[in-house]
Amino acid sequence: MAKVLVVTSGKGGVGKTTSTAALGAALARSGDKVVVVDFDVGLRNLDLVMGAERRVVFDLINVVQGDAKLAQALIRDKRLENLSILPASQTRDKDALTDEGVARVLADLREKFDWVICDSPAGIERGATLAMRHADLAVVVTNPEVSSVRDSDRIIGLLDSKTEKAERGERMEKHLLLTRYDPGRAERGEMLKTEDILEILSIPLLGIIPESEEVLKASNVGAPVTLNNPDSAPGRAYFDAARRLKGETVEMSIPSDRKSLLGKIFGRRAA
Amino acid sequence: MNLLSFFSRRSSAPVARERLQILLAHERGMVGGESDLVALLREEIVALVRRHVTVERDNIQVKMNRGGDVSTLEIEVEIPSATPAPIAARA
Repeated sequence: MAKVLVVTSGKGGVGKTTSTAALGAALARSGDKVVVVDFDVGLRNLDLVMGAERRVVFDLINVVQGDAKLAQALIRDKRLENLSILPASQTRDKDALTDEGVARVLADLREKFDWVICDSPAGIERGATLAMRHADLAVVVTNPEVSSVRDSDRIIGLLDSKTEKAERGERMEKHLLLTRYDPGRAERGEMLKTEDILEILSIPLLGIIPESEEVLKASNVGAPVTLNNPDSAPGRAYFDAARRLKGETVEMSIPSDRKSLLGKIFGRRAA
Repeated sequence: MNLLSFFSRRSSAPVARERLQILLAHERGMVGGESDLVALLREEIVALVRRHVTVERDNIQVKMNRGGDVSTLEIEVEIPSATPAPIAARA
């Protein structure tokens, strides 16, 4: 049965789009049919991170308003045939999205795909609440930093009150994805530890994505990090997280980039 | 940085953790009905004070200071030195 997953955070710049692309590609790699949907109307970026920016013709708002058919707006990934993207509009504003329209599009997507992954805009306004409204489960992306944790707490509150699931009296399934984590700094007491954040937010941990140069390298070339460098530390961490989403039990670890001695010496140079 | 300050340096993550715990304990309570507790207290306190003393609204300050174990409510009322008769008495 299809699942609608929202990737959300409250705070901007913590890695929602990166995580949407990476998890979407990892789930598609496992054989599932996946669509990633950009809800950031006016500031779309998922197309760019996925390397599909030159293939956008129609978008989510065109479909919501009936100006284009869903099949016309979906862009199939060039690397994985079972991965698609539904871009956001760059010119319209978020008021063009209606609750009924979004519900209808998501219902159609549920019939075509196993996973519908909604990339939420930052903030707690209309775009963000619409992205989470019809979700079955949520991935809350958090950086080990006070403002991000506070905003995640706020978003968790909204997931538990403003979603269809919550309004039906059901429990919204929520998972914490900790990104830009630096185990060394956490160990030295310079960064919030995983346990601290879990204790504060009290939702289960989906994965820990280590801070890595590979994330920027992947977005530079327009590829999810799980496709651009699947063996990199963040690549492996996202693959583990995707397996946990599918219900597998995977031991929690923080992968690290293995560097040769020469790599360590020269690794600081601009690539 | 000298050697002494290196060893006496307190790590910052526990501070972050404590600040968050205190802040979120209060913010969670506020989401929903109680969000305007301070505003409500302020309105009622102002009304109460003005029932007995003639003061400008702006001269009544109501502040909530949130702490880990206890929070304090601070009420500061600035009363003009030549206090006129209470509003109620004049009415």
